[in-house]
Amino acid sequence: MSQDDDHQLRVSKIRDGTVIDHVTAGRALTVLAILDIDGSGDETVSVAMNVPSGETGRKDIVKVEGRELNQDEVDVLSLIAPEATINIVREYEVVEKSRVDRPEVVLGVLSCPNRNCISAGAEPIESRFSVLTDGVRCAYCETIIRAELAEHIDVG
Amino acid sequence: MRHDHVLSTKQFSRSEIEAVLDRAAEIDADPGSVADRHAGTLLGLLFFEPSTRTKMSFEAAIKRLGGEVVDIGPVGASSVEKGETLADTVRVVEGYADALVLRHPSEGAARMASEFVSVPVLNAGDGAGQHPTQTLLDLYTIRERVGLTDITIGIMGDLKYGRTVHSLAEALTRFDVSQHFISPESLSLPTNVRYDLHESGAQVREHTELDAVLPELDVLYVTRIQRERFPDENEYRAVAGEFGIDRNTLAAANEDLAVMHPLPRVDEVAPDLDSTPHARYFEQAHNGVPVRMALLDTLLS
Repeated sequence: MSQDDDHQLRVSKIRDGTVIDHVTAGRALTVLAILDIDGSGDETVSVAMNVPSGETGRKDIVKVEGRELNQDEVDVLSLIAPEATINIVREYEVVEKSRVDRPEVVLGVLSCPNRNCISAGAEPIESRFSVLTDGVRCAYCETIIRAELAEHIDVG
Repeated sequence: MRHDHVLSTKQFSRSEIEAVLDRAAEIDADPGSVADRHAGTLLGLLFFEPSTRTKMSFEAAIKRLGGEVVDIGPVGASSVEKGETLADTVRVVEGYADALVLRHPSEGAARMASEFVSVPVLNAGDGAGQHPTQTLLDLYTIRERVGLTDITIGIMGDLKYGRTVHSLAEALTRFDVSQHFISPESLSLPTNVRYDLHESGAQVREHTELDAVLPELDVLYVTRIQRERFPDENEYRAVAGEFGIDRNTLAAANEDLAVMHPLPRVDEVAPDLDSTPHARYFEQAHNGVPVRMALLDTLLS
């Protein structure tokens, strides 16, 4: 039995929707947080974590039924899951497969770790970060976040 | 100048900086020539932190251009204390003034304000972020004294939280200037400023003692080390003492060394230096008026 067959036993195929595969192991819940999927909507969501994977050792998989994620939504995932692939599924078939691209700007998803930043207060603004080669930078206070981006994901 | 706002020195090219300094020199030489140039102009002053020099020199600058100020006054007396956001405050005040001068304790405040208003916003200091108009008067003073070509400058003190340092260091990368940074390790340059200096191709030379570089310097820019940056009084006193200067400290200095300081000083520049030719900090403070006149004239014309 191949590893892919093994996955299918854990999480069944979906009819229509989006499969985010090759998510960095352990990051599936952060992926859902970034996509603002918290179970309160109508979508059926399946999550597999720490699944054995030939390519990277272990990986997470997220399947969202009945919703096709667009490129802008998924590109922000590149910050925490750069190897992720996005599969759009219709009638059980993958009709579109893409990788995540690094966006130039990330709006609203991250929160600035600088507590003295104007974006960290009560002002009516969304957080805004420009994406650097090896991190992101707050557009307001210019603080650079290089490591552990996932810790700054604003899941509020 | 193509900019609507003055938020950070990074926005300026060398030629744009030089144009402001040239204009400041013209105004300095003949202030009367611009006495009515901005008659009827109202400059809105929003200082959410105490300020003497910056606020007074902006006020003097617009008045010497024939304009006036409207001042939000002490923060405690304003609606800010009632919980109004800065975004709301600036949207109200833009209706009263032709440009806004903003000092605020949070980093990024001026940038955010600029996104909410259509009049020019001038950043007069945002937390530990930037202080670009101070930098322009610093550069003016340096240019007057030693020129801005092929010089070596030492920047000493609180490099981590010092907004005048961040703005100055970034602006100096536009010129042929060699920069040395002297501070305790705990107050060295923050990551974002290092990143910008690196991106500009500048070499960051850091020292924990002034002695190592003093004889090479044409300018020594001293900043205040603040007590609240240290967990206890003893540690503060030890460090502050080490990064202060007096006549003895400067015995090994180049005789033309210009000592600058954004002021206020506490005891990092001893009063015994005031009467030496090294002392340029009062002249530097005075230059705030013609430089801010030049900047306002450029932005408002």
